[in-house]
Amino acid sequence: MRFVEQVMGMPASIEVPDQAAAGAVFGWLRHVDRRFSPFRPDSEVRTGRHSKELTEVLDLCARYERDTGGAFRVQLPGRPLDPCGVVKGWAVQRAADMLRAAGVTEFCLNVGGDVVAAGRPWSIGIRHPDHVLRVCAVLEVDEGAVATSGTYERGDHIVDGRTGRPVRDLVSLTVVANDLTTADAVSTAAFAMGTEGIAWADAQPGCLVFAVDRDREVHRSAGLTRMLR
Amino acid sequence: MRKALIILALLFAGLVPLMRYHPATSPAPTAVAAPPAPETGTPTPGTGTQGTRTVDGPVVDTEFGPYQVRVTFSGATITDVQIVTEPGDGHSQRIASRAGPTLRSEALRAQSAHIDMVSGATVTSEAYARSLQAAIDANGG
Repeated sequence: MRFVEQVMGMPASIEVPDQAAAGAVFGWLRHVDRRFSPFRPDSEVRTGRHSKELTEVLDLCARYERDTGGAFRVQLPGRPLDPCGVVKGWAVQRAADMLRAAGVTEFCLNVGGDVVAAGRPWSIGIRHPDHVLRVCAVLEVDEGAVATSGTYERGDHIVDGRTGRPVRDLVSLTVVANDLTTADAVSTAAFAMGTEGIAWADAQPGCLVFAVDRDREVHRSAGLTRMLR
Repeated sequence: MRKALIILALLFAGLVPLMRYHPATSPAPTAVAAPPAPETGTPTPGTGTQGTRTVDGPVVDTEFGPYQVRVTFSGATITDVQIVTEPGDGHSQRIASRAGPTLRSEALRAQSAHIDMVSGATVTSEAYARSLQAAIDANGG
């Protein structure tokens, strides 16, 4: 069954067997939002009372900050701590793990365009950067995750932490990985590196990349070919 | 009398081209530029297939004008996504023609496939409302 709700400030479309599973997923995501949102004054991120889970997320951010040579940053100068780039993927992956633990084997969760799929071959389209209604690739994913970073919706909002300037040489970068924590973090971090992030993402363990640059040229990992529909 | 006949003949002659053109079944090339249709390269029109239906998205006002989408499903497969109402200034055409051949060929290949979910930077409800994901959700997945 298909359920759609607005969670963590963005649309979430999920396909799960029943209402109970949907309630559990949405409930968990709301809980995460309350705790980790940089926009809520009482959240852990703002109050500084960091739990074990937030520490886990921040450690992950620190790792990608280091691995990208500072292109990806959890805190830009003059801005509050913002682990959003990693929290979403981590939270949705946790929801997937919860479903599995509860015996749900077949599901597909899409939160703000980041997708985790399990239990059967799912067809995941990658949005065309210039056409809101078109896709530029369709991947078959049985068990795994697909995350996309792009500038087509909010403009040049992704900043390269090394230069402090927005990334302009990429329009869309998608990462396919076994879990959404990795896919989301790698796609966000790679995008901040601009076109050099394509090769960087491709080199990350278990990651495949599909990217569209400013000139509308497509770059994709060789391993992605067998997943294309 | 002869004069009248000549006038009649001339009138009739004048009508011949009109009569010829009357069965105007051939679609006249109107000013309405067709949206980049070849991209929805469905080989069969699908009229014979059972369970074909269409879902219309809401009319969305953009800075370029109103915009509305129609998604055609054959069973669970999306066979066509059309822009029913399109901004009049040709903005869509402009960005379409700017797209390089590589992206174009990738996209072409992808259009006919069945899609469960769409991965993309879709973080606002406005963007969602006019997205392919919304059309798929509206159809129940």
